[in-house]
Amino acid sequence: MSTPHGTTPSQTVGPYLHIGLPWPDGPFALAEGAEGGVWIRGRLYDGAGAPVPDGLIETWQADPDGRFDHPDDPRGAKARPGFRGFARSETDAEGRFEIHTLKPGPVPGAGGDVQAPHIDVSVFARGMLNRTVTRIYFPEETAANAADPVLSKLSEAERATVVARPAEDGYRFDIRLQGEDETVFFDI
Amino acid sequence: MSTDPGAGEAVPPAGYLRDHEVHPPLDYPGYRSTALRHPKRRLHLLPHLLTEVTGPLLGEDRIGETDNDLTRQHPEEPQGQRIIVHGRVRDGDGRPVPRTLVEIWQANAGGRYRHTGDNWPCPLDPNFTGVGRTLTDDQGHYRFVTIRPGAYPWKNHDNAWRPAHIHFSLFGRAFTQRLVTQMYFPGDPLFFQDPMWNSIPDEKARERLVARFDYANTAPEWALAYEWDIVLRGRESTVFESEVDDD
Repeated sequence: MSTPHGTTPSQTVGPYLHIGLPWPDGPFALAEGAEGGVWIRGRLYDGAGAPVPDGLIETWQADPDGRFDHPDDPRGAKARPGFRGFARSETDAEGRFEIHTLKPGPVPGAGGDVQAPHIDVSVFARGMLNRTVTRIYFPEETAANAADPVLSKLSEAERATVVARPAEDGYRFDIRLQGEDETVFFDI
Repeated sequence: MSTDPGAGEAVPPAGYLRDHEVHPPLDYPGYRSTALRHPKRRLHLLPHLLTEVTGPLLGEDRIGETDNDLTRQHPEEPQGQRIIVHGRVRDGDGRPVPRTLVEIWQANAGGRYRHTGDNWPCPLDPNFTGVGRTLTDDQGHYRFVTIRPGAYPWKNHDNAWRPAHIHFSLFGRAFTQRLVTQMYFPGDPLFFQDPMWNSIPDEKARERLVARFDYANTAPEWALAYEWDIVLRGRESTVFESEVDDD
């Protein structure tokens, strides 16, 4: 074993993240125009309920079969044409973000557990010295959500903050950094 | 090998080290904008399962020809001191992180960003955008050519100035390794009053954000050089054990 090296500390994305991080195809975890896509839209709010206009949302998820295009998935990497699994959306002046993706399938947990379909989310913003991490779960997955090893550890009120709401062309998922309905964030 | 995602036979690989003590707290009054933007409730432990130990491996098709040379993105050269910024991306176990996307953005030589929100009285440079990206090579090396950014004032506290810095964004190989940070220059006299710098609890960890002046790699009659190595989280040394079943 080599001696562990100290990790490089995090710093804020600052107020000018918009010049460096957004990509034209950022929101498209699933390529534009591909079949079966859903939009997940939401807004990022601060502790005063004001929209955060200088934030960035990133998402990472399995495909509809619960597979990842990654060699560390012990089932093997599995690519799906048109699907990147990753999306990145800056927030606009009203704090709005959006991602276009496929709903993920269930994913193995530990020791035979099955995790409900979920999307991992990173939140970056001016005023945040490190990212925060949350998850998006799906409202129609009642049984899977109840059995999910992460979600089942949360109180009912906490769960409500990480389960998306149905919308016309997908889902709605707002993120509240602080306050009465503060989103559940995870120690990762 | 089962392809049934519900089979649960796939044992996730070891998780990554939780290195929270290295990073600034989200609640840091010295940086005023944290006040309304930090969670007040406790964070819930997220085990490092498949979604967390995997991550986007992308970038091969995202890199344009001049993306790693910020001095060649316009018809003319930008103003300022030309510099080479290079280094290695490794994980906490010392292993290089190959073929990973590195993104940077920065102010121009006078300290002004090409951003509609930056209006302090310092001219924009028509020949400088301040945005770069590259992939690390098979040994984790990255290299940019750019100009040395200037310091700039901001309104966090009385007579507040940000030390010169370059923003870096890194993916690593796993969602848990994602890192956005800033690189600083050695001997900057502005560190003492900078809340970003001071928010890092451990002084040794702060120093890890400072590049090393690298005379050996200067390009004679062309550019000075700085070397900055980046360390992403390493793996936990023990095999993952279920934290979620451990009530």
